[in-house]
Amino acid sequence: MMKQHLLPILTNVQVSERYWHMTIDTSNMNERIEPGQFFHIRCSDNAFPFLRRPFSIYRINREEDTIEFLYLVKGEGTKDLTKKKPGETADLLGPLGYGFKLDPGFDEILLTARGVGIATLAALAQEAGRKGVRCTAILSARSKNDLLAAETLQDFGAEVHHVTEEEETSGVESVESQMRDIIERKDVNALYTCGSRRLSRLNQRLAAEYGLPGEIALEEQMGCAMGACFACVCDLEEEGKHRSVRVCLEGPVFPLEKVVIS
Amino acid sequence: MIAQRKMGISIGSLTLPNPVMPASGAFGPEMHEALDFNQIGAIVPKSITKHPQPGNDTPRVCETYAGMINSIGIQSKGLDAYLAKTIPEFSAYDVPLISSISAESIDEFVEMSDVLGNHPDIDALELNISCPNLKGDGHAFGMDADVTYELMQRVRKVTDIPLIAKLTPNVTSIQEIAKAADAGGADALTVANTMLAMAIDTESRKPMVGNVMGGLSGPAVKPIMVRMIYQTAQVTDLPIIGCGGVMNGNDAIEMIIAGASAVQVGTASFITPTALTDVIEEIREYMDRHDIMDINDLTGTVEI
Repeated sequence: MMKQHLLPILTNVQVSERYWHMTIDTSNMNERIEPGQFFHIRCSDNAFPFLRRPFSIYRINREEDTIEFLYLVKGEGTKDLTKKKPGETADLLGPLGYGFKLDPGFDEILLTARGVGIATLAALAQEAGRKGVRCTAILSARSKNDLLAAETLQDFGAEVHHVTEEEETSGVESVESQMRDIIERKDVNALYTCGSRRLSRLNQRLAAEYGLPGEIALEEQMGCAMGACFACVCDLEEEGKHRSVRVCLEGPVFPLEKVVIS
Repeated sequence: MIAQRKMGISIGSLTLPNPVMPASGAFGPEMHEALDFNQIGAIVPKSITKHPQPGNDTPRVCETYAGMINSIGIQSKGLDAYLAKTIPEFSAYDVPLISSISAESIDEFVEMSDVLGNHPDIDALELNISCPNLKGDGHAFGMDADVTYELMQRVRKVTDIPLIAKLTPNVTSIQEIAKAADAGGADALTVANTMLAMAIDTESRKPMVGNVMGGLSGPAVKPIMVRMIYQTAQVTDLPIIGCGGVMNGNDAIEMIIAGASAVQVGTASFITPTALTDVIEEIREYMDRHDIMDINDLTGTVEI
């Protein structure tokens, strides 16, 4: 729903060298929020940076009426967002887009996430935990420090494997053998991925080979996030033809096999 | 008692209920969830091309100081899809519909204007003469006064509905182009499209948008647009639609004082989806505060 919300910030803290975590009070928001959806957030009130930035939802706490964001401080927008204090207001547009589909028939899913893509899949792990779907996650990052914020996936009952550049364990071959092992050993029903082109291609290849369904959450620079500006486009392959779609409107979650990874 | 302020403006034979409309490319049917389309001055859908075209490589937008560079590349589903889907979708609203046309040659402008300019649901055409003339030298039509004149004159012959020429600011003298469009039969001028711009990521040394260069919009360009509106108003009596960096009612009023009859809102809608109706409300407040009964009385009232 393209609706602007001004909501109270409950916490906004640094959790590792490059990552911050923010909690928002959503008790005044009626829309239902699904894992994989995102909010377009105004990071500052200044003339620069003034465009909103898209943030996927890290945790959805329905009982407490809060949502959480785990964000990588990368540019001017996210830098300004760290300056927001508890008690201040966050300007959010959303929830936007379509989230993940967790088929009721699934017993076992495998998530592969890279970098800040981990935040996107964390909400899915939370949902899987709630629905009693067993979940294994391979989390890839530059450093162990970047993975500090990922510990929360274990709280949801997920089995978590870490790979990093620092430890030279994040290469595609190494992740592939881990994925194969998990898929075969656990009889995985579906694959989900976010955050890396290389891992996305790997997921597409393994999904095809094992005949598994899957979904991918795309990250793209956005203008309006309302489908008007056509900034965040990607191609889907459907029946042998390419079709351009807007990530903000028709995604950000798409069927794994359809997305043309550029 | 609240005074009845007159906000309607005229573009040729067309009357708009108020002077605020979207800038083409910054407005889409999906925004109805956030914005009441029936409250705005006119609907201006994204520019349409004759044939479907895919648009430019991503990234297609980047932010610069108080501005945004876009290189979308007029991603378009083509004229047939526009007639079948876009027009019916927007005609459901109770405000004038202005079709923005982009074409690769004068012949193509004429051909498309013949179709759209004689369509019962379309109230005016905005000719995006800022796009490159592929049959000419690749320069935008609107960079050459003679080409602008010829284009307007030929389109004028195939339709009777109001024609708005959307001028490019990337010219030495916008007055020369404005005069040519006027002489060629334009009913109004949009001043102006985005400014050609470029930004580079210093870490990767790569251009910030996929197409290397793009169009700058937002508050950064507003003083340039105010200047161009003022200059244009000195050489033509045509109504001017100000465009470029209108973020609030005060920006709109500034353009009106400079010589505009109406304004378009683009980038602001990306930040606040209700920007269009907010601007209308803020214009009304200004009229109340300054006791202006008719918005047309404010046009071109800059005191030099």
